[in-house]
Formats: sequence, structure tokens, C-alpha cells
Amino acid sequence: MSDAAESIPRADGSTLRTEEMTLNMGPQHPSTHGVLRFVIRADGEVMREAVPDVGYLHRSIEKIAEKVGYHGFMPYTDRVDYVCAMFTNQGWGMACEKLGNIEVPRRGEYCRVIAAEFNRIASHLLTVGLMGMDIGAMTPFLHALREREMINDLIEELCGARLTFNYMRIGGVAWDLPPGWREKALAYLDHLEPILEEYNALFSYNQICVQRLANVAPITAEEAINYNLVGPNLRASGVKWDVRKDMPYSAYPDFDFDVPVGRGQWGTIGDSMDRYMMRIFEMRESAKILRQALTKMPDGPVLAKVVRNFRPPAGECQVRVESARGDQGWYVVSDGTGYPWRVRVRTGSFAAMGMIQKLSRGLMIADLVVLIASLDVIAPEIDR
Amino acid sequence: MEPLRIYERLRERYPGAVLETSEKKPDPFAVIDPAVLLEICRYLRDDPELAMDCLSNETGVDFKDRIEVVYHLFSYRHRHGAVLKVRLLRADPRVATVEGIWKSANWMEREIFDLLGVNFEGHSDLRRILMPEDWPGHPLRKDFVEPQEYHGIATVRESPIVRLDEHRKK
Repeated sequence: MSDAAESIPRADGSTLRTEEMTLNMGPQHPSTHGVLRFVIRADGEVMREAVPDVGYLHRSIEKIAEKVGYHGFMPYTDRVDYVCAMFTNQGWGMACEKLGNIEVPRRGEYCRVIAAEFNRIASHLLTVGLMGMDIGAMTPFLHALREREMINDLIEELCGARLTFNYMRIGGVAWDLPPGWREKALAYLDHLEPILEEYNALFSYNQICVQRLANVAPITAEEAINYNLVGPNLRASGVKWDVRKDMPYSAYPDFDFDVPVGRGQWGTIGDSMDRYMMRIFEMRESAKILRQALTKMPDGPVLAKVVRNFRPPAGECQVRVESARGDQGWYVVSDGTGYPWRVRVRTGSFAAMGMIQKLSRGLMIADLVVLIASLDVIAPEIDR
Repeated sequence: MEPLRIYERLRERYPGAVLETSEKKPDPFAVIDPAVLLEICRYLRDDPELAMDCLSNETGVDFKDRIEVVYHLFSYRHRHGAVLKVRLLRADPRVATVEGIWKSANWMEREIFDLLGVNFEGHSDLRRILMPEDWPGHPLRKDFVEPQEYHGIATVRESPIVRLDEHRKK
């Protein structure tokens, strides 16, 4: 603290001292999205640096995988990112299917896409709501959670759980859509699309929101790639890259949808406003995919026959899934036994969190909260 | 470009540096000499035909007789990728950091250091990241034994159900 202190002489001969402050933020802070901590060195309101301290939510999920076997690990994957657990389910399923050379039935793939896209909307709704709450507006949060609640109800009907779904299996999904679910899902989409306009009118295009978010912590495309930012954060910087489109998996080649990218309408390309708006745009695209998937759904089984004692041949693979927080990489090493030798999840939040120290330099303390919310970091995904 | 073609190019350009390339099962990889790792990585990033501008994943695997550090590289420009591996001595695993080439390596190498005990030479901030700073050992090593307690807090607890079962047997 004291090494940065300096004395400023005043007219009457006395001196005024300024010194750098070290502040602690977290681990239990209402706007840090889970348990994470920052050590902030600040000069008044302006940060010199915010050093993230993570690991408070480390549950050693990768080590657990080595002990519980392939089928048994599926419920644990929910906990990697409990805000959008469908994608972690899918990532693990896809990695095992690639290792074991299993083909998922067409209807199973459609069920996966439908579940995952609903989950993406739910996750983005939470992000949009939290952004409002983090900058001091309670109402958008309540509105967003209201719509998210309906998705939770739909997914509960689908798989019995509202947060940690455990819906997918190696080779497909556990259950087909229940009777009457399709109509409910379509009715929800009819409800959602006008509501998104309402959010924009209420919050996104609100003068206060735009002024708080625009031009805060812009990230250039080169930086974003160098720091391995993924998903909406990368697209906000103007890189048109979406795993669903560019390395198609599951049933995504069947659907027609756009990949929105940041254009900097409100300030600079890749600023917090662009990152925030990416979520709104993506919800529209997800709704588009869902409509097509629900109408084009083929008949047939939803789960391939996979032996109970699943032993994929020795080898290794990495699969990439476009989760709500971006490209999620599952690297699995198999030694031919019933237990994976090594599982590694490369998550978007981990990379985004690693960038905060650099982005925080020269930012206001209040903007750190905006930065965290706009990068959409989720603590369980960082620590695993 | 196909990964196997990329490894072929590396073989031509750096004779002796590529120790082994694997078959497709299902992802092919190349094992390279740790001494020339930085040179190869710089070439992969800077060559316009390869342009691996992103280190998408870096991780370590303990194989009981050796530790491997795995690099998943990716090029957003050409939309292709490659997997590099270095094999390190288990007793004293050390390898040069690639932080200077891809910034994303900073945190991923801290994680490998924390969980597998690999030393990255030249790393700017090699500290534990997920485990507490005074944690003994590296949990992802295969011979790691979980300590019974941490600062007086038990890490294991007797199961009341198992105890009940044993009681019934008597």
C-alpha cells in the first residue's frame, strides 16, 4: 500500500497524501455470479488492477470422472455448469459416442437440440436479468426470471428436473417428449418472441442501460482469439464463429439460423453492450431453431442400444459443443476399461475469467460488475 | 488442412522433432520434442498457411510412467486444428511455457501446475489456481492420496449407514 503513496504539496505548506487502496470483493458478493473473489488495487474509484481469485467452487469433477465410469458420470456433468446443464450433458455424451463409435438415432438428436436450445434461452434470460440487477435495476431481473420459470416448467415435464437435468444418455436421451408437450413448447415460443421486444423497450434500449454498458471494456477480435474467448463473447468482438454452424454436430445442419455478431451500434465493437445484446439476438435465433425442430421432428427411437458395461476402445478425442457460454471442449482419454483415464472440460468462463485481470486496468470499480455480467462468467464452470 | 498433413509438414521442417504421430483413434496427435516446442508453436502460429491463432485447450495427463501435456491448437482463419503432445519425466516434469505465444495458456498452465505439478519455465505467474495454496500434492496424479484432514477439518466422514449395516451383522 505504502509504496504507491505520494505527497502532494499544498499552498499553505501542508501536504495531501494519496495512496493506493487494496480492496477485497467477494467471495460472497451479490453480483459476482457465484462464489468468486477479486483483490482490487484501486486509486480512488479507478482500478489499477483486479486480480481474480477462483477455486471456491472446485469440486474436482474431472477426478470424479475417473472413479465413476462412463454412464455414472452423466449426472455429475450437470454440475459443471448448472445454469445450462443440457450442454454439459451433451458434451459428455458426444465425447463418449465419438470414442465408442455410437450413432444417435435421429429423433434422439432432435430431442437433444430441443432441450439444449430451451436451456440456452433459459440461460440467456438469466444473464439478461442479472445484467439488470448488477447495474441496479431489479425489475428486468424479475421479468426475465418469470419467462425462465416457464422454461423450467417445460423442462421439468420433459425430464423431471429443473436445474440439474441428467436428461441425456450416451447414445441419445433418456425420455421422448411427453404427450402434448410439443404444443406447449410452441405456445411458449409464441409468447417469448414479443416478450423479447418488451425487454428491449424496458431495459436494453433504455438510455441508462446503454450509457452504463456502451464503450465499457471493449475487446478486439485478435485479443479475444488470443485469450481463447468463445461463444457470445467472441462473436460480440466481430468474429463470426459458431460451433453449431462451422463445425456442425447433432441435428444442427437441418436448421436455418443466423449467427449474430457484434457491430458496435452503441459504441465500440466488442464492448459490454455488444456482449449483452448478443444474448438477446441469440434467444431469437434459438427460438427459430426450436420452431423448425418441433415441426420437422422425425419418428423413431430416442436412445441407441448402448451396453451397460460401456468400454470404448483405447484412444482419445476432443469434442466441441456450443454451450450458452460458448464453445465447450470435452477432452476424454480412454484406456479401454470401464473408467475414463482422463476427462478434461475446457469451459468458456475459465478463459473469460483469465482475461479480467487485463481488462480491469483503468476501469471504474462499478464497471467491474458490468464486465463480469457481460462476460457471463459462472463460477461452477470456472472451478469445475 | 488435415491434422496428419500438418504433422507431415512439421516432420519436413523440423527433422527429428516429431517423435511420433498417432493413428486416427479417433483424434490423431503428434508427440514432439519438448526442446523445440516453442519454435514449433511459433511456426504454427506465424505460418500463413497454418495460422494457429488460438490455443483452444491445454491440459495434462498422468500416464503413471510419464506425464503428457496436450495442446489443442485451432485456426479461426483456416478452420483447422492440431493436437500436440510433449512427454515429460514424471519425477520432475518441466517444459517451457507457451504463454508468450497464446495468452490463454496463462491460466490453463496454472491449472496444470496446480493439479498435476508440471513446472512451466518462464511462466509469469505460476501459482496454484483451484486448490488452496498450502494443499499437499497434486490431485490429478494417479497416485494422489487425499489427506485425512485439512487444517483440522475432516475430509472424510464415517457413513452412518455403513455403521448401521456393520452393527446388524454382529
